[in-house]
Amino acid sequence: MSTEDVNRPKADGTIINVSGLIKKFGEFTAVDNISFSVKRGEIFAFLGPNGAGKSTTIKMLTTLLHPTSGEITLDGHNPVIDSSAVRRSFGIVFQDPSLDDELTAWENMEFHGVLYGVEKLLRRKRIEELMKFVELWDRRDSLVKEFSGGMKRRLEIARGLLHHPKVMFLDEPTLGLDPQTRNHMWNYLKELNKSEGVTVFFTTHYMEEADRVAQRIAIIDHGKIVASGSSTELKERTGKSSLEEAFLELTGKTIREEEAGSIDHLRSMRRMWRGGGKK
Amino acid sequence: MKTIYILWLRQIKRYLRSRSRIVGSLGQPLLFLLALGYGLGSTFKAAGEGNYFTFLAPGVIGMSIIFTAIFSGIELIWDRQFGFLKETMVAPVSRLNIMVGRTLGGATVATMQGLIVFFITLFFGFRPENWALLPVLIIFMLLVALLFTALGTAIASVLEDMQGFQLIMNFLVMPLFFLSGALFPIENLPSVLTVLVGIDPLSYGIDSFRSILSGTASFGLGLDLSVLVIVTLFCLGLGSYLFSRIEV
Ligand SMILES: Nc1ncnc2c1ncn2[C@@H]1O[C@H](COP(=O)(O)OP(=O)(O)OP(=O)(O)O)[C@@H](O)[C@H]1O
Ligand SMILES: [Mg+2]
Repeated sequence: MSTEDVNRPKADGTIINVSGLIKKFGEFTAVDNISFSVKRGEIFAFLGPNGAGKSTTIKMLTTLLHPTSGEITLDGHNPVIDSSAVRRSFGIVFQDPSLDDELTAWENMEFHGVLYGVEKLLRRKRIEELMKFVELWDRRDSLVKEFSGGMKRRLEIARGLLHHPKVMFLDEPTLGLDPQTRNHMWNYLKELNKSEGVTVFFTTHYMEEADRVAQRIAIIDHGKIVASGSSTELKERTGKSSLEEAFLELTGKTIREEEAGSIDHLRSMRRMWRGGGKK
Repeated sequence: MKTIYILWLRQIKRYLRSRSRIVGSLGQPLLFLLALGYGLGSTFKAAGEGNYFTFLAPGVIGMSIIFTAIFSGIELIWDRQFGFLKETMVAPVSRLNIMVGRTLGGATVATMQGLIVFFITLFFGFRPENWALLPVLIIFMLLVALLFTALGTAIASVLEDMQGFQLIMNFLVMPLFFLSGALFPIENLPSVLTVLVGIDPLSYGIDSFRSILSGTASFGLGLDLSVLVIVTLFCLGLGSYLFSRIEV
């Protein structure tokens, strides 16, 4: 079965269905009884403040974490029961680093392509295309550990695009990227979405980005979905003129308490300082 | 099959690129060969046991294999901490294949390390009885390496971070090594020690190396092979099971 056949747009309907999903870490409830669905071929944004539960939800959708309770289906399969079928249907760009530093950029791509069964000729062609696309082709034989943060991120995005899945999960894909690369990446994804009907599920903290590319948005806060709809609907509902204002209206203006001891959070804190450029 | 190969290749590449690790991990076997091999040689001879260096060489080869193998298995924890594990875990490849690819890679690395130590012993004057048995030696080395890489992977699957590493070194790897008869003959031991040596799978590995290299065996190759195969299968099964349950 080639990746091409699998991706042909199918009849309408939902591709992601989540109902009553809960994830607890010990006493703490990270995801608190959420339900939503994503249509086939849709570009869907999952927004929320730090620690809202976005990444945790994505991990459950992508078989990396088992839900405490609730139901998930991804393209008709349950990630807990039928994890291999689910793994065949999605691609993901993680929020946290996931490259092998001891391999070269090209080897990281090749490794991914082989794992995902992308046939050799197509694989080699796409690797070259994508690495040129993120302007890393000249550095293909450098070890990843010699790369800057932004270069690593670009490589992860190129790698995520190497196989064309039914659903693409992108967890803060544009974090730390310059505006040029961000634009570039979204154009590519929109094109992929149009031509192959790939469903895109992404998170971001850049509201104008969500506003521009997402057809539908869900906002999660403290593990609960507080609103969903198109950007226009969210703005209308809150009576605000921008998505950013609507977001602040829905989630409040207080900065989120970081849960003590979570590496994930230390990381996101660090990124906030670096990325925000505030002193 | 291709996925197993690429996972195997990754381990090999990482190994060949870390020259410092290769050289660094030769320090310990060298020290044992020099300090013990020469230091205890005369005492050993006086006790009527023959040439200690010849006795010790297979033991030190076994040592380098078990250390490298367990370490390769435990490397999984780094993959988890540096995030690369996620990339393999969401791929449409069965976890069994991932585990097998990794483990074969780690075992190959450990076997190479064992061969390097073997060549070092030649440099110090060690001579195998029969060169024609070299392929058989390599097979046994691979088997021992597989066993302990799988064991390392099994352990790494249940550890969250490197905190437990020292614990494993002190309470698992060191005892496995010291109780294996790598350093002393296992005949006429106090009965407690005989039992401990008997349940240590490395004892059978070292016994096989010794019987292939110098023709002196305590258990015999047949028993060695049976025990090693059974324990290796068990560790592979355990490793695959624990690996398949990892959440990232
Ligand atoms: N493995 C874990 N153990 C304990 N708590 C966790 C774990 N993973 C996440 N959490 C907690 O769950 C909550 C949700 O985390 P999550 O990573 O899903 O947030 P997020 O919405 O992705 O935030 P960000 O925008 O900062 O990435 C946080 O409070 C976090 O501390
Ligand atoms: Mg997150």
